[in-house]
Amino acid sequence: MNAPFEGIGASVRRKEDLRFISGRGNYTDDINRPNQTYAVFRRSDRPHANIVSIDTSAAKSAPGVVAVYTAEDLAAIGGLPCGWQIHSKDGSPMAEPKHPVLAEGKVRHVGDPIAVVIAETKQQARDAAELIEIDLKDLPATATVTDALKSGAAQIHDNAPGNVCYDWHIGDKEATEAAFAKAAKIVKLDLENNRLVPNAMEPRVAIGDYDRHTSDYTLFTTSQNPHVIRLLMGAFVLGLPEHKLRVVAPDVGGGFGSKIYHYAEEATVTWAAGKLGRPVKWTADRTESFMSDAHGRDHVSTAEMALDAQGNFLALRVNTLANMGAYLSTFAPAVPTYLYATLLAGTYRTPVIYAEVKAVFTNTVPVDAYRGAGRPEATFLLERLVDTICHDTGFDPVAIRLQNFIPKDAFPYQTPVALQYDSGDYFTTMEVAMKNADYAGFPARKAAAAAKGKLRGIGISTYLEACGIAPSAVVGSLGARAGLYEVANIRVHPTGSVSVFTGTHSHGQGHETTLAQLVTSQLGVPFSQVEIVHGDTNRIPFGMGTYGSRSLAVGGTAMVKAMDKIIAKGKKIAAHLLEASVDDIEFADGSFKVAGTDRAKSLSEIALTAYVPHNYPITEIEPGLDETAFYDPANFTFPGGCHVCEVEIDPETGVTSIVNFTAVDDVGRVINPMIVEGQVQGGVAQGIGQALLEHAVYDSNAQLLSGSFMDYTMPRADNLTNISVATENTLCTHNPLGVKGCGEVGAIGSPPAVMNAVISALKDYGVRHMNMPASPEKIWGIINAGRKAAE
Amino acid sequence: MYDFGYTKPSSLADAVAALAGDDEAKALAGGQTLIPVLKQRLNKPTKVVDLSKLGLSGITVTGDSVTIGAMTNHATVAASADVKRAIPALAALAGGIGDIQVRNRGTIGGSLANNDPSACYPSAVLALGATITTNKRSISADDYFQGMFTTALDAGEVITSVSFPVPAKAAYIKFKNPASRYAMVGVFVANGPKGVRVAVTGAGQGGVFRHTAAEAALSKSWSPASLDGVSIPADGMNSDIHASAPYRAHLVGVVTKRAVTAAG
Ligand SMILES: Cc1cc2nc3c(=O)[nH]c(=O)nc-3n(C[C@H](O)[C@H](O)[C@H](O)COP(=O)(O)OP(=O)(O)OC[C@H]3O[C@@H](n4cnc5c(N)ncnc54)[C@H](O)[C@@H]3O)c2cc1C
Repeated sequence: MNAPFEGIGASVRRKEDLRFISGRGNYTDDINRPNQTYAVFRRSDRPHANIVSIDTSAAKSAPGVVAVYTAEDLAAIGGLPCGWQIHSKDGSPMAEPKHPVLAEGKVRHVGDPIAVVIAETKQQARDAAELIEIDLKDLPATATVTDALKSGAAQIHDNAPGNVCYDWHIGDKEATEAAFAKAAKIVKLDLENNRLVPNAMEPRVAIGDYDRHTSDYTLFTTSQNPHVIRLLMGAFVLGLPEHKLRVVAPDVGGGFGSKIYHYAEEATVTWAAGKLGRPVKWTADRTESFMSDAHGRDHVSTAEMALDAQGNFLALRVNTLANMGAYLSTFAPAVPTYLYATLLAGTYRTPVIYAEVKAVFTNTVPVDAYRGAGRPEATFLLERLVDTICHDTGFDPVAIRLQNFIPKDAFPYQTPVALQYDSGDYFTTMEVAMKNADYAGFPARKAAAAAKGKLRGIGISTYLEACGIAPSAVVGSLGARAGLYEVANIRVHPTGSVSVFTGTHSHGQGHETTLAQLVTSQLGVPFSQVEIVHGDTNRIPFGMGTYGSRSLAVGGTAMVKAMDKIIAKGKKIAAHLLEASVDDIEFADGSFKVAGTDRAKSLSEIALTAYVPHNYPITEIEPGLDETAFYDPANFTFPGGCHVCEVEIDPETGVTSIVNFTAVDDVGRVINPMIVEGQVQGGVAQGIGQALLEHAVYDSNAQLLSGSFMDYTMPRADNLTNISVATENTLCTHNPLGVKGCGEVGAIGSPPAVMNAVISALKDYGVRHMNMPASPEKIWGIINAGRKAAE
Repeated sequence: MYDFGYTKPSSLADAVAALAGDDEAKALAGGQTLIPVLKQRLNKPTKVVDLSKLGLSGITVTGDSVTIGAMTNHATVAASADVKRAIPALAALAGGIGDIQVRNRGTIGGSLANNDPSACYPSAVLALGATITTNKRSISADDYFQGMFTTALDAGEVITSVSFPVPAKAAYIKFKNPASRYAMVGVFVANGPKGVRVAVTGAGQGGVFRHTAAEAALSKSWSPASLDGVSIPADGMNSDIHASAPYRAHLVGVVTKRAVTAAG
C-alpha cells in the first residue's frame, strides 16, 4: 500500500486541531507558575483628563495585596516604542509622543491603564483596584479625525500640535494635477472605512516570571511574534539584554494583527515579577479587550478618478485622514502609508497617482494593523470608486475593470506608487469568479427575487495586495525600525525525524501542518516524523513572527534554504559512504543516489552517520545534520483576485442577506488547499462582518458605545452563506516555492464586493454610496427616502 | 464578583424568609442575567438565594390554560409537546431566546422578574393576559409590568408560576438586535379569551407595552390588511446605535403584520 501523499499540494488534515478541539491546547492562561500573583489594572473611564491625584494607600493595605504601582513607580523604565517612523511631506519626522506604560499626568482614552494592583488572588486584586482613589479633571475629548483636526480641538499630546502625527504623501502630484486638468470626466467619492475591534477568541494574557538564581526574566504572552516583543520590551522599555529575557508565546487563540504589538501589560508584569521576585499573571477580560486591544481601520477619505471619454483611468487622487487613536501602537504609522497608499494602483494600470495621508491622534484606543492592514482600506476605496464611476457615467462595472486591468504581459509591472508587481492575471480570476458565481444568470435571479418582494444585487470587487512582508532594505528606507527577514533551523535527528525551528508563529493558521508538508516534499521525510517548533525565544532562532501573510513566503523560503543546506551536506556524506563523487549524488524522495546506479543511502542513514561519524569525511565536514538559513525576500508577494457577492434585501426591514459569495484568488502555489480554503473563508467572514455588521462606535464625548458583544456585532454563522472558494494561481517569481500568501486576501477582497452588491440592489432608490456597515436601519433609511422622493 | 453569602433553601417559605427584610439579598434562578451582573461587579448582594430546590419547575396544561412553574427553563418550554399543542407561539418564543446554553439555564420566572425591556417573555405574558402567581398573591399582566426593569413585585416577593389562557390564535415575531439577539422589536399578537391583544417588546422606552391602535384594528377584522394605515408614534420608542426611534416605530408596523400573518 502506498503511503498517503502528504507533501506540497495535499489537503492534509491540520495536525494541531485535535489538540485544540479536545481541550489539550496550551494557551497562556493555561500556564500557572509556582507562587504566582495576579495583576489587575485600574483603567480610565474618562476619555481625556488630567490626573490630579492618585491615592493608593487604601488599596495597598487591602487583604492579599502585594503591591500597587503607578507611573511614579515606573519612572526608570521607558515608554512603549513605535516600530516605524514616517516623515511628513516637509521632511520632518512624525510626532512621536511618549506612550507611557501607565498613564503619566493624563489619561487619553477610555481604557488607558492608570495603576496596577498585584495580589495573592485575582479577586483580591480586583477588590483593591476599586480602592484606589483617582481624582481626574476632565478635558474636552474627540473621537473622530475630523473633530480632532478642528481648530480649537483639545490638544491630546503637547508635542503633536493640532493632533497631527504626520502629514505624508506619495506619488507625482504635478503629473496627477495635469492629468486631471485634461480629463473628460472626474468622479469624486467621499468615504469612510469603519473602525473595528479585532476580537480574537482568546483575550490577551501575560505572565511575568523572574528566576532569582539566574536573574533571568520570562514573559509568557499571547503574541504573534515573541522575538519582536523580546527586542522591543527588553531593549526599549525594561533595559534587559536579550540573553536575560525569554519570551514564550505558546498556543495563541487568534490574533488578526492585534497580538503583534507590544502592550503595556506585558511590560508591567515582567517588570513587577523582577521587582517582587514572584510571577505575576494578568488575564484580560472581554471588556478590557474592547478597550485595550489595538483597533483596526478608521479612515476618512476622498477619492477622485480622472477618466478619458472612453473610460480609461488617467489619474487617481486620494486624500485620507487616518485615526491613530490616543498613542502610536507598534506598527500604526505604517498602516495608512506603506500598507495602504502604495496599494492604490490595485489591479489597474492607472498611470499617475497622488495620495496624501494625515495621521491624527484622538481620544480612542490606539489603532494598528488588523487583518489586511491598509490593503482592505485601499481596496474598499478603489473598488467603491470604480462602481461609483459606473453609477455616474453609465459604464459597465465588468467592462470598465477589464478595460483598465494591468495587461497579462505587463509583468513585472511598476506602479506609480512604489511597488513592482512580479506576477498576476486579473482577467482570469475575474472570468472564473463570474463563471463560478453564475454572473450571467443574475438578471433571472433578480427577477425571481423581485417576484417575492425582495431586492437583489450583485457586486464585484477585484483586489491586489502586497504581502510576504518584507524586503528589509526597502522597508528600512521607508521608516521600518525592524528587519523583516525570516529564519528557519532544520534539525535532522540521528534516526531521521526532523524538527523545524521557525521564527514564524502559528495562531490559527495551521503552520504545524503546512510547514511540515514542505519538509515532507523536500526531504522525503514522512509527515508524521516532522515537528514544527515555534513561539519560544529560547528554542527558536531570532525570527520576526507572523503577520502580513509572510509565514510561507518568507518563513517557508528560509526553510527551503535550510533544507538545501541539509541536502548539500548529506550529498557529501553520501558520496563518502558510496565512494562516489559529490557531483554524481542525486537526492530525491528521501534518498541519496549515485546517478545512474541503484546505489543509495536514505536520509536517515545519512543522519545516523552524521551523528555517529565513525566512517565519515571528518576532515572535510563537521558532524551533525542541523542547518539554519535566514531569508530576506527580494520583493513583496502580490496575491490578487476577484470576489463576487450577491445579496438579497428585505425592503420592509432593510435587512441584507448574503445569498452567494464567490472568491477566486491568486495566492501563488498552494501547499494545502484545505487550509487555503479555510483561510479565505475566515477572511471573507471577517470582511462580511465589516461590511454588514461590525462597528466600533464612539459617542461625541469619546466614550466607546459598542464596548461589549451586546452591542458590537460579530458575524455569526447565520449571517454568512456557503462561501465558494477557488484559486487561479500565477507563481511568485522571486521565491523558490512560488507562494504568495493567503491569510489576508479574504478580508481584503470581500468588503467592497458586499457593498457593491448592496448598492446595486438599491439602484432604484437613488443611492450612490453608503459607508459600512450597511446596517438595516441605513438601508431602510435609503429605501424610505427613495420612496418618499418618488411619491 | 464581590463576595456574597449563598443559600439553597428547600422550601418556598425558607426562601421567602431568607429574602425577607434584606433588600440586598438576591434570588437566583437560571443566573443568565444575575451572574453576568455580579461578574461585572454591578451588584453587591449580601446573599444569593438559589431557588432551584423549591420544586418550582414544571408545566401543567388544562383545556384552557397553560401554567408554567417559575423555575422552568426556556429549553423545557420550547420542547414541551403540551405547550406546542396548546400555545405553539409560546413554545416558539422560548425556543428563540438566546442560544442553547442560555435556554438550558434561563427561566421564565427570572425573565419576568427582571423585565428587561428587550426580553421576549413579557410580550407573551401581556398579549395573552397571563396571570403571575407569587408566594403571596396573583398579579394580572396588565398590572405587572411597570416600566423597564420595574415590576409590581415587592421586595423579596418570589414568582412561583405563570398561567396563560389558551388563545385561538397567537404568534410571536422577533426582529433581533443584530449584536445581542434580544428583541430589537418583538411583537406578540393574540386573539383569545382576553380579546385581541398586541404586545410589543424591545421597542418602547418603558419596556413592554400594548399596541392599542393595532388591537383596535385587529378587533374589527383579524387580518394583516386591517393593519394598513396603522402606525405608532416614534416618540416613546427606544433609540440606540442599532436603531433609531423612527426605525423602531416602522419595525413595529412590519413585525406586527408579520405576526398576524404567522398567527393565521
Ligand atoms: C447571551 C444571552 C442571550 C439572551 N437572549 C435573550 C433573548 O433573546 N430573549 C430574552 O427574552 N432573554 C434573553 N436572555 C435572558 C435569559 O433568557 C433569561 O431569561 C434571563 O437572563 C433571566 O432569567 P434567569 O432565570 O437567568 O434569571 P436570573 O439571572 O437568575 O435572575 C434575574 C433576576 O430575576 C430575579 N429572579 C429570578 N427568579 C425569580 C423569581 N422566581 N421570583 C422573583 N425574582 C426572581 C433575580 O433575583 C434577578 O434579579 C439572554 C441571556 C443571555 C445571557
